[in-house]
Amino acid sequence: MPETPTDQRHRRRLDTSSPVVWAAAALLVLLVFNAVVNPGFFSLRIQDGHLFGSPVDVLKNVAPTLLIAVGMTLVIATRGIDLSVGAVLAISGAVSFTIIDGSPDPTSAGTAAVAIGTALAVGLVLGAWNGFLVSVVGIQPIIATLVLMTAGRGLAMLVTDGQIITAENPAFDWLGGGFVLGLPAQVVLTLLVLLVVAALTRRTALGTLIEAVGTNPEAARLAGVRSRSITWTVYVFVAFTAAVAGLMTNANVSAADANRAGLFIELDAILAVVIGGTSLAGGRYSLTGTVLGALILQTLTTTTLTMGLPDEYVRLFKAVVIIAVFLLQAPRIRAALGRRRRSARTTTSPAVPLPPTTGDDARPLSPTATEPATVPTTEPAGERTAEPATASTTDQGALR
Amino acid sequence: MTATETDTGAAPAPAPERPTRSAGKAAYAWLRRTDTGSSTFSVAVTAVLLVVLFGAGTLRYENFGYPQVALNLLVDNAHLIVLAVGMTFVILTGGIDLSSGAVVALSTVIAASLLEKGWAAPLVIVLVLAVGTLLGWAMGAAVHHLQLQPFIVTLAGMFLARGLCFVISEPSIPIRDDLFTGLAQDVIELPGNTYLTYGVVIALVVVAVAVYVLHRTRFGRTVYAIGGNEQSAGLMGLAVGRTKVAVYAISGFCSALGGLLFSLYILSGWSLHAIGMELDAIAAVVIGGTLLTGGSGLVVGSLLGVLVLGTIQSLISFDGGLSSWWTKITIGVLLLVFVVVQRLSTRSKP
Repeated sequence: MPETPTDQRHRRRLDTSSPVVWAAAALLVLLVFNAVVNPGFFSLRIQDGHLFGSPVDVLKNVAPTLLIAVGMTLVIATRGIDLSVGAVLAISGAVSFTIIDGSPDPTSAGTAAVAIGTALAVGLVLGAWNGFLVSVVGIQPIIATLVLMTAGRGLAMLVTDGQIITAENPAFDWLGGGFVLGLPAQVVLTLLVLLVVAALTRRTALGTLIEAVGTNPEAARLAGVRSRSITWTVYVFVAFTAAVAGLMTNANVSAADANRAGLFIELDAILAVVIGGTSLAGGRYSLTGTVLGALILQTLTTTTLTMGLPDEYVRLFKAVVIIAVFLLQAPRIRAALGRRRRSARTTTSPAVPLPPTTGDDARPLSPTATEPATVPTTEPAGERTAEPATASTTDQGALR
Repeated sequence: MTATETDTGAAPAPAPERPTRSAGKAAYAWLRRTDTGSSTFSVAVTAVLLVVLFGAGTLRYENFGYPQVALNLLVDNAHLIVLAVGMTFVILTGGIDLSSGAVVALSTVIAASLLEKGWAAPLVIVLVLAVGTLLGWAMGAAVHHLQLQPFIVTLAGMFLARGLCFVISEPSIPIRDDLFTGLAQDVIELPGNTYLTYGVVIALVVVAVAVYVLHRTRFGRTVYAIGGNEQSAGLMGLAVGRTKVAVYAISGFCSALGGLLFSLYILSGWSLHAIGMELDAIAAVVIGGTLLTGGSGLVVGSLLGVLVLGTIQSLISFDGGLSSWWTKITIGVLLLVFVVVQRLSTRSKP
């Protein structure tokens, strides 16, 4: 693990150029770019009492990734990582659909409740397994969760017997395509979880305890923090969020595909967290940053698609943006920036642009902007939301 | 298999407290003792596992014992062997390379698209290897000079490589070049009506070179030293930065070479080739006894790890009644067993 800057240095950075600021700037650039290239991007319309439009689309598609990213933030804050969330997501979807499909009354609300309850319980058990390996056996998190990442998809296929299971249940489908007060149910659920986590960790000592465990588990334990239980809890929690996300994504397409559901979502979630400025070295985290990071990734996807580019380009743009954001956050470059700023403090503003010394690698924030301004297609995004049953396997970046 | 199972079964019991001198404690002490000195023990365990798995297959399925089945393990996994060798270098320094599967795909796509345009095959090979090495070098530079985490850097590299694949060509491109198809179809006849492909020869040469480099050169010893303790290595005056960057470049080179071997094996270039292959490579390295914290492990172990994975795959395909997903589950379980044994044998004294 690379060394973190000392506390004082970090404090001062927070005031001027915290990673969250960079993430916000990147998101702003993306949004402005959208506003310029595709004026229809921000138009919202109300249809059947529900909101539609690209921004809503972004929010809806980001929901599963963001949900998992919130859990992942806490795991990463304890200096851990969870690679198995994609597998847990697939298992949760597989379990719930197998139950609905196999029940005598597949459309009743009771069946949906049983399916959801079982899927969440399975998620909790898988999380407890990960937590056990990490906190009790003491295996490195990346490897401990790699085990479930490898075996998990196999387990999910075992549950569905290798088939793609489709099922229709009105109560269950609400998770995927329902609305609350005009907003998609996924968005509302995710916001709810986010608020609860924010309140629990920032309004109580829990957040500080988590950060203490991430900074130095042994010191935290000696100081009276029950680091083992905390570590265990965060792994259970992230698996829980993955299970919920599994219900959402699978309900959204009314089918459980054990092989492809949530493929690479763990990478997207981790990226969202890291772009948001939470270091993989643990000990400090920012939920705001995570939200921004997830929004950046999803806006990028939606932008690419609304510009009419094939969604294969999404990965490339993602790589470019990630590289740009990481270069901006890299300790050495930020140190160099800091030096420049100190020497010219009177004239520069905090959001100083990159110095030319960082060279061509640092430019990539703009490739989206240098892309030829293609003809904006007429908001396919909004229409996609209107019929969630068919389309959204591709527009959820994570599934590609 | 039996050896590892008894180890895990017996060992956890005495770890927290040591009331009496039990058999479990003796086993635990033995496990601790055997670790001292070398990773040859872990490699031996892998070798035993391989023999046991293969023996079980021979007993259970009548045609499993043919020599060609064993040789096919090499033939079918030549690319993975090369990948695992590169991954071993990176993991020995305590890093990780998630980009290797994507670089394999990128290599197949570049090779196939250039050959389709009529480029000379040797030129294409050199170019593909150069691209892979360059990408690896860039990631290594980011890891060392920008002090970014290997996990994240190589993740970005993975996205970049896959994205580039799509940009170059979305549909799968067949390879019809004479040199490539010739290399792919020619076999080396061995006594006993068996054969090997040239890909296997290349893979084994790579393993041999890697063994030499790791154990007989200054560079190799620096790799182990960095994995042991990077700061100490730096204080000892070893070329930490250069070595760290080089390790990722080697992994990039191996991924590109693995990609070329894979394109020989499959004779096409496609952006969705080799999805998840980096995980297979990591699993092979871990099963081969290399510590993920770095500093301890042998390339030969990674070779054996790949063969273990290959054996599991052939066992499952020989059975016919077992579905393909059992492969994933079995690999996961094996990974778990090995990681737990590693953990117990390296646990620092409480």
